[in-house]
Amino acid sequence: MTSQTGTVAPAGNSYAPDQATIDRLRERAQFIRLETVRLIDIAKTGHYTSVFSAAEVFSALYYDVMNLRKGEPKWEERDRFTIGKGHAAVGLFPIYADLGFFPTEWLDDYTRLGSPLGDHPDMRKVPGVDFSSGSIGHALSNAIGIALAQRWTGKHYSVFCMMGDGEMQEGQVWEAALFAAQNKLGRLIGIIDRNGFQLDGRVDDVMAIEPLDEKWRAFGWEVHIVDGHDIAAVTELLRRLRADDTRNQPAMVISKTLKGRGVSYMETEPGWHLGWLDPSDADEAIAEIKSQVI
Amino acid sequence: MNGPKSPNSWQYRGLNMKNPGLDHLSNGLIDLVKAGHNVVAGSADLQYSNGLNRFAAAYPDRYISFGISEQNMVSVAAGIATTGVVPFVATFASFLGLLACEQIRMDVAYGGQPVRLIGHHTGISLGFYGTSHHATEDIGTMRSIADLTVVSPSDGAQLEAVIAASAEWDQPIYIRIGRGRDPVVYESRPSFTFGKAHVHGFGEDLTIIACGITVHAALEAAAAMKAEGRSVGVIDMASIKPLDRDAIIEAADRSRTGKLMTVEEHNVLGGLGAAVAEVLTDESKGIRLKRHGIYDEYSLIAPPTHLYAYYKLDGAGIREVAEGFLRG
Repeated sequence: MTSQTGTVAPAGNSYAPDQATIDRLRERAQFIRLETVRLIDIAKTGHYTSVFSAAEVFSALYYDVMNLRKGEPKWEERDRFTIGKGHAAVGLFPIYADLGFFPTEWLDDYTRLGSPLGDHPDMRKVPGVDFSSGSIGHALSNAIGIALAQRWTGKHYSVFCMMGDGEMQEGQVWEAALFAAQNKLGRLIGIIDRNGFQLDGRVDDVMAIEPLDEKWRAFGWEVHIVDGHDIAAVTELLRRLRADDTRNQPAMVISKTLKGRGVSYMETEPGWHLGWLDPSDADEAIAEIKSQVI
Repeated sequence: MNGPKSPNSWQYRGLNMKNPGLDHLSNGLIDLVKAGHNVVAGSADLQYSNGLNRFAAAYPDRYISFGISEQNMVSVAAGIATTGVVPFVATFASFLGLLACEQIRMDVAYGGQPVRLIGHHTGISLGFYGTSHHATEDIGTMRSIADLTVVSPSDGAQLEAVIAASAEWDQPIYIRIGRGRDPVVYESRPSFTFGKAHVHGFGEDLTIIACGITVHAALEAAAAMKAEGRSVGVIDMASIKPLDRDAIIEAADRSRTGKLMTVEEHNVLGGLGAAVAEVLTDESKGIRLKRHGIYDEYSLIAPPTHLYAYYKLDGAGIREVAEGFLRG
């Protein structure tokens, strides 16, 4: 990537990424999965599947769509990202190191005493984290505050917020949904990682949330549904939403994903929300991740 | 018919405009904006209760209407603060310090964001509106949150002083205030420093350490006791965290009776009295401390002045409790 990423309206009024970009973003999504396996082995516990469902979106955002500067995590005009499912931070830290926000060596001490890197991201300790996470349901409100503040700072940027689908059960999300529409926050783009599972089982068995698109539309948001593992489709959609300066309502992307995508047995067993792979199993998981084109 | 005929009839917004006690919060904020600080304010559907309608009228572009969503308000404020803009957000203390307690801990304090949280109508000042609206736990919840400053100004002038001092204070702040009808303690804006008490004198018989609306009542009680020959002092401990430990130690050292007293419009558990007791224990002062306030119960409903009398939190009541303590 260049020193500064960001969306530039491509020729032909199309936001579709070219093949070289698709290949690069696929490779970065694979890097995110592989680093997740490596870091969780250091901690001996972690949220593999929560990262695996979001890997393509993470890759598209940080390696293409978001306006960022390498090595400048506090650049005031950068795009921001907040995350409600903070337990997926293990998949974000390798990206931040890769972007030069902190030394790569930090990753090697992931979760150890004194490390800034824990299971949930801390903005006071980890350069690149735009807002701390760990209590589900706050992130959309945090993103709203950052987006709203452009009125008083004169800075221009977009704010992305990823939430889990189980997170839709938190009441604060809907307070925030009303507020963002009322305040016409067109620079706010939400993403729901609709992977279908929460700790106690299937989201729709525990506390049904459908019809999700109609709910957000009814709350005044522009709603898009995308296959969250189709890197070309994800990138095109997020590029287009970010580039649209005329939108006067917030946008919500429902990213349909598979929890655990990339390691076949994790895709069908919700218990893998939290776990650890013995090195022999980790080797097989790595091999499976490397063997696929997602 | 355009409205009620009697001038005695009243409605909510009209009442607001007739209460100059509600000017102080907005005055303090307007002064900050005028001094060049990038300050914004918001409230959860209570701008006419806390007087922020005055700020909104002065700076409509700097006022945020959150509707009835306290948790969203706190988390949005934390997001705003990450950009260098300083948000003041206000709602009833019963909701701010309890309903949004976790957002305050997680997004504001743990997040290290200099949000200014205004918990108004604190203690039992909402009277008969209901125990649901009383806040007798907020000092306890807020002061146990790391990196959160907690202050309880005793009147409007001191509130303005706190707001002015906040411009030089990086930590997030919880500001606990009354309903804008607090009796005047300070005729003009007093000096205020975080971590420093306003000492109205030490007493050899008794020093009463108070905060918020009880400072005025404690001064009344002290004056009456002094008129009868007692040596009684009062400390306005507006800065509850950081606490002025030196003032407490000096009060203990000057006491010839070996007694001190705290007064607060709050549960006697977890509040100012508990904070003072911690210092006295830490310092092994061997002092008997009377912690006066709401005695770990849900407060009754009644007009506020009746409640202050019932709970012995007015001047006469504090005097009665103090004299009983000195005798016993």
